[in-house]
Amino acid sequence: MSFKVLKAGLFTTVQDLGRYSYQRFGMSVAGAMDPFSPRVANILVGNKESEAVLETTFMGPTLEFNSSEAIAITGADMAPKINGRPAPMWKTILVRQGDLLSFGGVKSGLRSYIAFSRGLDVPVIMGSKSTFTRGKIGGFEGRKLSDGDQIGFERDLTLSKGSYLKDVQIPEYRKDDSVRVVLGPQDDHFPEESIETFLSSTYSITNEADRMGYRLEGEKIIHKDGADIISDGIVFGSIQVPGHGMPIIMMADRATTGGYTKIATVITPDLSKVAQMGPGSKISFSKVSAKEASEIYRENEKRIEEIRDHIAASTFNLNETRSMNLKLKGKSYSIEVNEIV
Amino acid sequence: MYDKVKYLPAGDSALTMEFGNEISVQINKRIRNTVTAIENNPPEGLRELIPTYRSIQVIYDPMLSDFEKMVQGLEEVMGSVGEGGEDNYRIVEIPTCYGGDYGADIEFVAKHNDLTVEEVIRIHSSTDYLLYMLGFTPGFGYLGGMSEKIATPRLEVPRTIIPAGSVGIAASQTGIYPIDSPGGWQLIGRTPIKLYDPLAEVPVLLNAGDYVRFKPISEDKYKEIQRLINENKYEVNIIHNGEVRLDVL
Repeated sequence: MSFKVLKAGLFTTVQDLGRYSYQRFGMSVAGAMDPFSPRVANILVGNKESEAVLETTFMGPTLEFNSSEAIAITGADMAPKINGRPAPMWKTILVRQGDLLSFGGVKSGLRSYIAFSRGLDVPVIMGSKSTFTRGKIGGFEGRKLSDGDQIGFERDLTLSKGSYLKDVQIPEYRKDDSVRVVLGPQDDHFPEESIETFLSSTYSITNEADRMGYRLEGEKIIHKDGADIISDGIVFGSIQVPGHGMPIIMMADRATTGGYTKIATVITPDLSKVAQMGPGSKISFSKVSAKEASEIYRENEKRIEEIRDHIAASTFNLNETRSMNLKLKGKSYSIEVNEIV
Repeated sequence: MYDKVKYLPAGDSALTMEFGNEISVQINKRIRNTVTAIENNPPEGLRELIPTYRSIQVIYDPMLSDFEKMVQGLEEVMGSVGEGGEDNYRIVEIPTCYGGDYGADIEFVAKHNDLTVEEVIRIHSSTDYLLYMLGFTPGFGYLGGMSEKIATPRLEVPRTIIPAGSVGIAASQTGIYPIDSPGGWQLIGRTPIKLYDPLAEVPVLLNAGDYVRFKPISEDKYKEIQRLINENKYEVNIIHNGEVRLDVL
């Protein structure tokens, strides 16, 4: 009842939706960078949305299953394969003992998520299974996965029906994108022109972009009276502007507090977009009010509710999944067929 | 302290309650009392509070609340904030090797303030610092009470890696890095003491309300203490309710 990590990939960690309630001790939240994808992957395998998944960045792992399991792969398209044959994304997949899950190169997006119906058997620390590598806690031994690791499952496989998303429900990842922000908490530390610069310029994501934060490069943002504040709280999506005038977006492994002025905060539904962009991508910012942000948040939750409804309504029997090879006009295809219930 | 608390938006799931724009024992005490009041009577949708020097980060569930509703709920709680206090405190001694490879920025700090390196060490280690808050990384304590004579702005470009145990200065604040992490503080020394040990029974050494006392040590002493720590033979010197040195040179 486990799987073996034959190749760990570039940066693969166990993540759930984060370790909340301990930030006052300086404990970072960690959790999935793109919260949308693991939530949907978990729904596809019959889990609660906050169950721990694998998050893999840029280059995916190779996993060997020692028992049958229902999985779902969402997020970035890294050309997943099962036993060398292309595997579907955003859809429940039944894997059997001895099956190999591997990945090719990344085609769009940056981070893929793999959900497991039987759950990952790693300890719950301070209410969460998320790996916080800088603090060396959580997930699998507090670290990213290495070749040869073996991770157990928590429970028996009870899922008998799989499902999938409608094409329109699958997000498209772009190299250049616009994200929405709420100004503040320290927007009053910047002159009017600087806010204008921030909202009208395009910023490139530098190579210093990881789970902790994304350093951006572009038009310099000038402060009224210095970049330092008395250190206060930071949230997922806080945009800090240090003395050099280049914004930094604070991400999942962010520090809980910090002492640079924060010009704005990325709204939660757009964090998934940021998480799927990497070095070299370009970001521009548009402003929404706190009230609008709250409405957008609720619309986005409604979208996930619709996905949940569709998944519940469009099922197939997992055991009935058949793979076959097909020749069409001289070309070979590998297809998967499910009986629709 | 402001006459009225300021409420600042921090995205769709959080807001900042700001009580003032200075580091003061009075504001910090007001914050600790406010946290207690909010916890005793939490507004609908409240998820988590991060108290800091002069503000509280209020994190809420945006499905159950929004900025306006949360402000209203918090305002109602503010009426019941008490004046409690605490009498028990610890003074925690932190042996620190100043300068050299351990504190690469100490000469900059000295030059910036027209002092010698020895004067910086003397000023930094002759007062006890109140730990106002934990934050930034696990076990990082923000300390108050540093002399303005050694205040130095943060680095313009933060370092990408600072070793655990580093003692630094940022504007009028001083602190110790518990884990290897990026940061923009001016580094003046390093302690072999572990402030954060994920495998220890109590992973975080310092608590809000403690006093921290820096004790200058030589490089040899640093290495000796480090060896004792590795062999699990070192005990941190903690003085309970001792005399606090608050005379800032």
